[in-house]
Amino acid sequence: MAQLAVKIGGLELKNPVLTASGTFGYGEEFAPFIDLNRLGGYIIKGTTLNHREGNPYPRMVETPSGMLNAVGLQNKGVDYFIENIYPRIRHYESELIVNVSGARVEDYVETARRLAPLDGINAIEVNISCPNVKEGGMAFGTTTAGAAEVTKAIRAVYPKTLIVKLSPNVTSIADIAKAVEAEGADSVSLINTLMGMSIDVERRRPHLSTITGGLSGPAVRPVAVRMVWQTAKAVKIPVIGLGGIMNGRDAVEFMLAGARAIEIGTANFIDPAVTMKVIDYMDDYCSRHGISDINEIVGCI
Amino acid sequence: MTVKCAIFVESNRNQHMKQVKDFTIIETLRYNDMYSRLRLRPSDSSELPANILPGQFVQVEVGTPGVFLRRPISVNDVDYEANTLDLLVRKAGKGTEALIAMKEGERVNVLLPLGNGFTTAGVAPGQRLLLIGGGVGVAPLLYLGKVLKSAGHEPEFLLGARSAGDLLQVAEFGKVGKVHLSTEDGSAGEKGFVTVNSALSGHVDMIYCCGPSPMMKAVAAIARGKGVRCEVSLENMMACGLGACLCCVENTVKGNVCVCTEGPVFNIEMLNW
Repeated sequence: MAQLAVKIGGLELKNPVLTASGTFGYGEEFAPFIDLNRLGGYIIKGTTLNHREGNPYPRMVETPSGMLNAVGLQNKGVDYFIENIYPRIRHYESELIVNVSGARVEDYVETARRLAPLDGINAIEVNISCPNVKEGGMAFGTTTAGAAEVTKAIRAVYPKTLIVKLSPNVTSIADIAKAVEAEGADSVSLINTLMGMSIDVERRRPHLSTITGGLSGPAVRPVAVRMVWQTAKAVKIPVIGLGGIMNGRDAVEFMLAGARAIEIGTANFIDPAVTMKVIDYMDDYCSRHGISDINEIVGCI
Repeated sequence: MTVKCAIFVESNRNQHMKQVKDFTIIETLRYNDMYSRLRLRPSDSSELPANILPGQFVQVEVGTPGVFLRRPISVNDVDYEANTLDLLVRKAGKGTEALIAMKEGERVNVLLPLGNGFTTAGVAPGQRLLLIGGGVGVAPLLYLGKVLKSAGHEPEFLLGARSAGDLLQVAEFGKVGKVHLSTEDGSAGEKGFVTVNSALSGHVDMIYCCGPSPMMKAVAAIARGKGVRCEVSLENMMACGLGACLCCVENTVKGNVCVCTEGPVFNIEMLNW
């Protein structure tokens, strides 16, 4: 058995495998298929200060080697999560990380402040990169000043591990990463979805109610690997890589590019047990290559 | 109250029975270039999940280049003695095109059973139950009819299609209960949509409906007008089938809910139709 544990800020993950926000519900949905306790951690879907209904249907369309979505952060709000969902899932041994989204800086801050006292949650992932809500998210993530502003404000109220999830819809993702690192982020995760669009040519209408949406799946993987590689060279804080990871090979690719941990997203829709296979692959990869600690391969390119 | 409780326990139990399994196609029945019925059996000879409910669906991994997501297909029939599961598939795109062309002996990976299913408990004996299907929407009604019949009911079917050649499984339905037919061109049964079929003019206690959205909306309007209890099965586009991605939502009186977990079957009182 290779040593698979990795550190992200104050988190000690038993292995580098996390699940991406919005693709894994609250974890419970996958309990029939996997042992949730085996994950390094899992990331709760985007949580906002207030209840959000999300965007109108249709919200999804399949695209070549991927899919576009425009869910729009549907969730019942942070208080509902704390009162009704958190008590059901807090007992899992894996690290529970809540993805936090907002429309205004004050909303992010208030949501983070309410999550901070929960002993079962030692980290948040701040989403400044959702392409599917008009007023927020990505607006902060596409300028260094916006990313720095929201990070600084949350850092002031959130003492535990603070991960900032970055948008690929920018000219230089490494510059954004440096800006949030300077304001005290413990880690960055990347990439969120790439903004895309698809049209039903027979009906001459966009496939999504919002016209544009976020592209995920293996179609985005080479873009994500490149951005992880660039970012890992630019910052000292650990980078979490995601974008189209379908199997263990893909996960190792991200780690070689510089990711300390990885998130599995869209692949959960196709194989609900994929996360377990990725953990097994990592162990096998290490033994095949004579690696005693998986940290040795991080960023070796 | 007791009925509600029983249904809750039932659906709760099903939550824990979801599984991913390889199935072997043991028979492909090609009706025409649009439709096939695939008969599946677990490849490892294990038993089918117990208590698959009529109206539930499965997610099939197609494994064809260019097809990324699983395809949701409703359960057409289950034979626990033979340990087989039937899926009626209509060619709607690349994924289903590959599925209807699959040959005996080939394998598919299936996620099942998913969704809630039609309400079969709490239906009083002697009630007139009308199961209305259009196009490939007839699929879940065969298994539903069999379950209702085995519970002592006498389900009646009202099946509609464009023309006689598009009507599917009429003989199978005939073995379960009385069949009324509607075709748009009048080539079989009564001419016109199912909504004008004389089967709907008499007294009805409960309607179960699955078909194209305009048809279900028209049937729901009739049910409302008559004050008849009515359940419809929705077909929204979905990705995960597990309630995780929130892509397949329907806007209901409770707000946006996942069709894959809260549905696919809804009482029309839940819907903003």
